[in-house]
Amino acid sequence: MRIALFVTCLADTLFPDVGRATVTLLERLGHQVVFPQAQTCCGQMHVNTGYQREALPLVRRFVEVFESSDVVVIPSGSCAGSVRHQHAMVARRFGDERLARRAQAVAGRTFELSELLTDVLGVEDVGAYYPHRVTYHPTCHSLRVLRVADKPLRLLRNVAGLDLVELPDADVCCGFGGTFAVKNADTSTAMLADKMRSVLDTRAEVVTAGDSSCLMHIGGGLSRLRAGVRTVHLAEILASTRAAGPLPAGGAGRPRAGRARAGTAGRARAGTAGGAGEPG
Amino acid sequence: MTFLGMPTAPRGVGHLRGAESFPVAARRALADSQLRRNLGKATSTIRAKRAAAVGELPDWEQLRDAGEAIKAETMAHLDRYLEQLETRVIEHGGTVHWARDAGEANRIVADLVTAAGATEVVKVKSLATDEIGLNDALAADGIAAYETDLAELIVQLGQDRPSHILVPAIHRNRAEIREIFLREMGDVDPALTDDPAALAEAARLHLRRKFLSARVGVSGANFAIAETGTLCVVESEGNGRMCLTLPQTLITVMGIEKVLPSWADLEVFLQLLPRSSTGERMNPYTSMWTGVTPGDGPQQFHLVLLDNGRTATLADRTGRAALHCIRCSACLNVCPVYERVGGHAYGSVYPGPIGAVLSPQLTGVQDNASLPYASSLCGACYDVCPVKIDLPAILVDLRARHVEESRREHRLPGPEAVSMAAASWVMASGGRYRAAQRAARSGRVLGRGGRIRRLPPPLSAWTGARDAPVPPAMTFRQWWQQEHGGNQPGPAGQPETGSQPEGGSQPAAGDRA
Repeated sequence: MRIALFVTCLADTLFPDVGRATVTLLERLGHQVVFPQAQTCCGQMHVNTGYQREALPLVRRFVEVFESSDVVVIPSGSCAGSVRHQHAMVARRFGDERLARRAQAVAGRTFELSELLTDVLGVEDVGAYYPHRVTYHPTCHSLRVLRVADKPLRLLRNVAGLDLVELPDADVCCGFGGTFAVKNADTSTAMLADKMRSVLDTRAEVVTAGDSSCLMHIGGGLSRLRAGVRTVHLAEILASTRAAGPLPAGGAGRPRAGRARAGTAGRARAGTAGGAGEPG
Repeated sequence: MTFLGMPTAPRGVGHLRGAESFPVAARRALADSQLRRNLGKATSTIRAKRAAAVGELPDWEQLRDAGEAIKAETMAHLDRYLEQLETRVIEHGGTVHWARDAGEANRIVADLVTAAGATEVVKVKSLATDEIGLNDALAADGIAAYETDLAELIVQLGQDRPSHILVPAIHRNRAEIREIFLREMGDVDPALTDDPAALAEAARLHLRRKFLSARVGVSGANFAIAETGTLCVVESEGNGRMCLTLPQTLITVMGIEKVLPSWADLEVFLQLLPRSSTGERMNPYTSMWTGVTPGDGPQQFHLVLLDNGRTATLADRTGRAALHCIRCSACLNVCPVYERVGGHAYGSVYPGPIGAVLSPQLTGVQDNASLPYASSLCGACYDVCPVKIDLPAILVDLRARHVEESRREHRLPGPEAVSMAAASWVMASGGRYRAAQRAARSGRVLGRGGRIRRLPPPLSAWTGARDAPVPPAMTFRQWWQQEHGGNQPGPAGQPETGSQPEGGSQPAAGDRA
């Protein structure tokens, strides 16, 4: 299948490993991934902060860039949720019914990564290998906007070597909430404290999720505490194989209290992706 | 002041506006470890009870759909149902008063109490009378109002404010309640323990004298049936029934959105409400009355229909769903924000997610501008709402209304508005977007050991408690360019640069780093 990747502005700029892992995974499963380079941002931050007028050109841009694609994948429940549930609404707010209908059409072919794998590609065992103790945080928009339910967990249960531990109070928000984390920093931090307590209670070394934004929040807190737990996007776990090991980091990415690195032998794409001068 | 020309709840009367913004009030609440403990314990207990009570009904989702449909139908013809209700209440010997706002409602009630020759009233717990600040208004006229709901009594004796729709003293534990009783009741046995049964008995003795002497009772209403003119109050303790039946005069203050078209509609709501609010299959006391019954119960019945910003709320196509609320408080109990900050931080008698959408609509969004942002938009509230109010969608809509109204008022855009406009301008162009990514990479110099510990305002609010990621050496699109080169066709088969969006971005070379 020919799959267009909307990598999200956050992953593109700060967490490129998430995009690379998504490409690696889908290509390994035999699909062709295209990356329309005119893409930028879905506009969710603008919509959720009240700036819908500013979101309108971003909605239009997304539609124009992706409306010729058969299938669009987004490695983020939150951004996929925005495309599916907000884009047409923004267009209608400004009286552009035609754009709203086009946005709805694209949204119908747009999937979050775990949805694409299980619903569209019909695969739950992606042949991954990840020998670590992992807990999964179901992000709010994956859970309650997209309703991905246990799709990510079904994928994780099929990863060889992975020791999956249940996260207590998993469905409670981590406190990120976009600009909420800054506008209501104290409340956000209180929610984060409880989420971190749940994560630490699992004794996992890795907490994973389908959203880089929530992981940036949880990981930022764990890193500040030097908690010894790292955050890894679902795509990165699913891209790891016994033969190639975990994807080598292409950049510094999110803060990590401790980095697990596979041996240098057998790294996929090592020479091309690993950036020179990369900090440890 | 007005939205679409409709009057909103007036300033200076009632309890819909806080003295400070949500983030400021929340900061103080978060530092109160006793409050955090009390709230966490109470909300987790009630969440579990609700989940069990809801889980045993196989048709719960259909009940929610029915509740939503009945409320939507009611709101679409609210004028008709209210006039029908008025006609029926008058036919059965009651009197109906229409109050445009809190000031009018308070005046009507105070005059009725004075006309009845009373200087004391007993009250059933009522959010509507709390919304309009009725107790303060009565006190100004020399009338003492006694709250008879146990939790409301605790709040009143403690000279406190309610912090929860259903459990107004949720922020208090029993040791604190014992102290309040010992200090404020006067006639209480000093050997009083903090055993819940002993506390309830102390309150019962305290209240019984009031019930027997009061000549006027004041209540709110959970439902009013247009078809029959029947009012309905549901409660747990029975104190409400005392207030509704013992005094000679009963005055009920009811928001205009509480009307239901027909008697049969109660079938739906008397299932939805107790299971959602207390996690019970049925509440212990359901009181209903239609006008007056000679020789039985109050011989004077006055119904005060309160607008106070509700018509303005009804005028908004998205926001009007907030009027569907039946005050069950399920959204408070699941809200991760409410659970941590409690009700006082919202500054209004309506806290939690429903308060964050209702208060700003009743007052006008500019008077409660911080409330629509008092949510991480996690969506847990929508999932438990018995009438399926899409609270996150209304919150997002209210944020947009706040930004748009600020623009209309020609207020200078703050740093946030400037950065949002700048971000939109950058993201609308591939060239500008890549330039911004290059700028972000300069943040790498801030990284020490793979993390950034401190950023300047406003991002200092982030790094106050969390490290920030160090921008990578290479963005994803740089890696893609390096890996997949420049020969890949676009998604439609034509060269990728062939389909260029608007927004001033340069085609071809400009979009190919």
